[in-house]
Amino acid sequence: MATEIKMPQLGESVTEGTIAKWLKKPGDPVAKYEAICEVSTDKVNAEVPATFEGTMVEIVAGEGETVAVGEIICKMAEEGAEVTAAPTTPVAEEAKPEATNASAPAPAKVDVSAKRGSGSGRFSPAVLRLSQENDIDLTLLTGTGAGGRITRKDILTAIEQGIGKVGSAPTPQVISVDEPVVAQVPTVDVDTALSTTPPASKPAMGVVTEEGDIEIPLTSVRKTIASRMVQSKHEAPHAWTMMEVDVTGLVELRNKMKHDFKVREGVSLTFMPFFIKAVSDALKEFPVINSMWGGDKIIQKKRINISIAVATDDALYVPVIPDVDELSILGLAKKVNTLAQKTRAGKLDLSDLQGGTFTVNNTGSFGSVMSQPIINQPQAAILSFEAIVKRPVVMNNMFAVRDMMNICMSLDHRVLDGLVAGRFLARVKELLEEYTVDSTF
Amino acid sequence: MKHRELGLTDEQAISMYRYMTLARRTDERTWLLNRAGKIPFVISCQGHEAAQIGAGFALDTEKDWLCPYYRDMGLVMVMGQTAQDYLLSSFAKAEDPNSGGRQMPGHFGDHRYRILTGSSPVTTQMVHATGIAYAGKLDKKDFVVLTTCGEGSANQGDLHEAMNFAGVHKLPVIFMVQNNQYAISVPLEKQVAGGSIAARGAGYGMPGVSVDGNDPLEVYRAVKEAVERGRRGEGPTLVETISYRLVPHSSDDDDRTYRSREEVEEAKKKDSLFQYRQYLLDHGLLTEESDAQIEAEIKKEVDAATDYAEKAAYPDPSETYKYVFAE
Amino acid sequence: MAIMSYIEAVTLAMREEMQRDSQVFVLGEDVGVRGGVFRATDGLYSEFGEDRVLDTPLTESAIAGVAIGAAAYGKRPIAEMQFADFIMPAINQIISEAAKIRYRSNNKWSCPMVVRAPYGGGIHGALYHSQSVEKIFTGVPGLKIVTPSTPYDVKGLLKSAIRDDDPVLFFEHKRCYRLIKGEVPADDYTIPIGKADVKREGTDVTVITYGMMVHFALQAAEQLEKDGISVHVLDLRTLVPLDKEAVLEAVAKTGKVLVVHEDNLTGGFGGEVSAIIAEEAFFELDAPVRRLAGPDVPAMPYSPTLEKEFILNPDKIAKAIRELAEF
Repeated sequence: MATEIKMPQLGESVTEGTIAKWLKKPGDPVAKYEAICEVSTDKVNAEVPATFEGTMVEIVAGEGETVAVGEIICKMAEEGAEVTAAPTTPVAEEAKPEATNASAPAPAKVDVSAKRGSGSGRFSPAVLRLSQENDIDLTLLTGTGAGGRITRKDILTAIEQGIGKVGSAPTPQVISVDEPVVAQVPTVDVDTALSTTPPASKPAMGVVTEEGDIEIPLTSVRKTIASRMVQSKHEAPHAWTMMEVDVTGLVELRNKMKHDFKVREGVSLTFMPFFIKAVSDALKEFPVINSMWGGDKIIQKKRINISIAVATDDALYVPVIPDVDELSILGLAKKVNTLAQKTRAGKLDLSDLQGGTFTVNNTGSFGSVMSQPIINQPQAAILSFEAIVKRPVVMNNMFAVRDMMNICMSLDHRVLDGLVAGRFLARVKELLEEYTVDSTF
Repeated sequence: MKHRELGLTDEQAISMYRYMTLARRTDERTWLLNRAGKIPFVISCQGHEAAQIGAGFALDTEKDWLCPYYRDMGLVMVMGQTAQDYLLSSFAKAEDPNSGGRQMPGHFGDHRYRILTGSSPVTTQMVHATGIAYAGKLDKKDFVVLTTCGEGSANQGDLHEAMNFAGVHKLPVIFMVQNNQYAISVPLEKQVAGGSIAARGAGYGMPGVSVDGNDPLEVYRAVKEAVERGRRGEGPTLVETISYRLVPHSSDDDDRTYRSREEVEEAKKKDSLFQYRQYLLDHGLLTEESDAQIEAEIKKEVDAATDYAEKAAYPDPSETYKYVFAE
Repeated sequence: MAIMSYIEAVTLAMREEMQRDSQVFVLGEDVGVRGGVFRATDGLYSEFGEDRVLDTPLTESAIAGVAIGAAAYGKRPIAEMQFADFIMPAINQIISEAAKIRYRSNNKWSCPMVVRAPYGGGIHGALYHSQSVEKIFTGVPGLKIVTPSTPYDVKGLLKSAIRDDDPVLFFEHKRCYRLIKGEVPADDYTIPIGKADVKREGTDVTVITYGMMVHFALQAAEQLEKDGISVHVLDLRTLVPLDKEAVLEAVAKTGKVLVVHEDNLTGGFGGEVSAIIAEEAFFELDAPVRRLAGPDVPAMPYSPTLEKEFILNPDKIAKAIRELAEF
């Protein structure tokens, strides 16, 4: 039975040490007080001695690895004990989780959650004063403090970046959004999924609670949505553009077809398949739009997998239609319908949520004529289709009543620039405007 | 005649009497004012006049220092203060030279006359006296410092620390304990083990002398000797003057609760004012006429002081905030 | 520029002031021939002689009281309390007398003295050689209270204290004496009493402290920097008069304040600092003001485990800062 050797505390305020060199390898005999490794800390460099006689069994922390005081660095068998030599492979990755489970407190994640619940919805005097002096609408900010509290620093950052001004565009209303690519599926174990998502602090809206207000506890889904929104807004510099599309032809076409379509196919013919189709075709022409931010590179995706935002009463999901470029209007219509139903029934599975390369958002479905969607990271852009409204427009120097629709796109300016985004959008517009009452699909 | 034997002139002898009378009449006036509701508090020197005036006359009022205690009206008057100064303090008026109306009466302090400002906790001033004497020693000056307290206070550590310090360093301090038999209500036998303050001097390497505190000439003699020792660099002296407190501890005290009227009446027969007056009459230094004249002058002086002090201005409320630190 | 220890800066300041001003003298227990039990007066006896470097009897009240008397006379005494723990017998002299002399005499008298006292723990001094006593005095108007943390500050502030016209309590942290070294210019510089000093600039959390805790806070700040927590450290240097502007400025730097002292929590000076912040910097606050201080037990015990539990260290301070940073 091997005994775990832990990182010793080398000096008063030392909290971690780096393995500089292993002096013993698995299988080596070790005398009592013989040095087994060299450890360097910010205060001292020291050799760590064995405290008993035995044999080195396994090296847990590889050379160059920094380990918290109290964490396992290696395993040794005591003299006389049966030795099963472990593989020499240095271990680090495999052994690590075990180490965190077995030994000492895992660092880092400590007490933020312990304190949660007291902070949100209440503002410090400094935050209130700064928000008033600088016309900052606190409901537009997200906090990085404990329990999502908006901190003084959050406000200072907002002032510096010119965001959160009273009367400025609110962070997108309800829809227009994204959603964790990996995470929450109602039917799946959400908590487990969540625990793999990185950020610890969850943003929360700051609201002063008054008598009679109802505090709604955050569900895991809501937390994940919030966390992803914040991450996107923080990490991706959003640029935004909008174009007007004359969809008179498309409206006429759909009006003509929808009854028969429903009867024949069993699903309603909505505008959504046309939108996706236009996006798909345009992406083919402008493949750079179908890209992702890869930290130190941009990854241009081959497959065109369209995420579609689907709202339920209290949450928002972004299921994915893969390989849309291979689907007809009919195929798209069926796929959209299926996903919407699964979403509302809470029956999405993980595969329905993975692999999106571009997000389409039908904000027009509830009457919006303009929105600023948040990018569904790590995708490079998101496009929302607004409500179709009849408007007088000038055609051939005459007024005409046309079915008009705005399309709005947010793009990650790290990946895309305005020109290509504009060209792409113009192409979508063009494709949609090509439809006439006589088009076939 | 005794005063001449001690080196005092006839004029000085009469002057001593005048100071004793002035202190007594000023003191009596403050009781009247208190009972009339004009001043809040009286702490008295009655019964201590001989000790204070006798000691004061032994000092060089041009260079010696005084760290007094709260009954020392007679002493501060010899040093230079007046009835008017005392009444300004009693009325707590801005012109009070001791404190500008900040302290209770009896808390003397007058830079003009080298009278160090004092507090209410007892015998702290005796340590200060030792410090002043040490400063004088550093500067090679030949002044002495007289410091006083009551017999009850003589049990406080500070007196003992001061006497020991002064004894060790041979400092010219005269520790004068005015034993008036009572520390408020507690009589001597419950205050002082062994019954003698003077005996304590020996323990601190200094002479301890006990004198009749009702006889200004005896006190003068004892303090004069102490002053000369001090000036010669022979160190401190402890002088215990024995007298009787003729009135309650203060205007807030009722001494009938702890001592009999008979005892007080008996003590009044030895009242120093009465005895010393008789000495002067016996030696032809004073006549009934000249005495009446002195009394009349003093009455005029105390009346004028009372009028002046009563009419004088109180300190402005803004004064409350001044002089916490140097300004 | 010379590198010297904290205690060498104490000695140097006294030596320079004694050379500059013949009115300055030192008194205390073992300060003369021995040069002080901590050697703070090392070499002064031979340079200035026994009169100006006075070995007193073991008598703290008299050490303070003699200094007060001498100061009132016009000297510039520096009284050493061997340990701050032993200042207790002198408290009456310091609080009733030194603190009030100017005020009670309506500015006619003053008390330009310095009381030096080694304080603080972490030196295995147990209950009566480890105490921080500043909170006993910080609420007493009339006293200036100085608590330097570095050799540079020691020299500049002690010289200012000696030249100050009012009583100054100069608390020297024992653990700093030989542990803390730093550059001290040879020239005759002073640091004004009542001026705090930013010892480190930061943006996340403000630590307000003094004495040895300044060094612990700086070490904690160093640790936390690696984690991206930026700590602002304000060294008060003087507790009274408090540099309020500096406090408010430091608060405004981060909005999150940790007040640290070794003295007990309850009634400690941190409470006063916190109250001022609450009153005057409310709209700068981004988190509740936090105090980190010695526990409310009578004093620091002897056993190493108990001492360690009592006293603060960089890790305890870092933990508190981290909690505030995460708030």
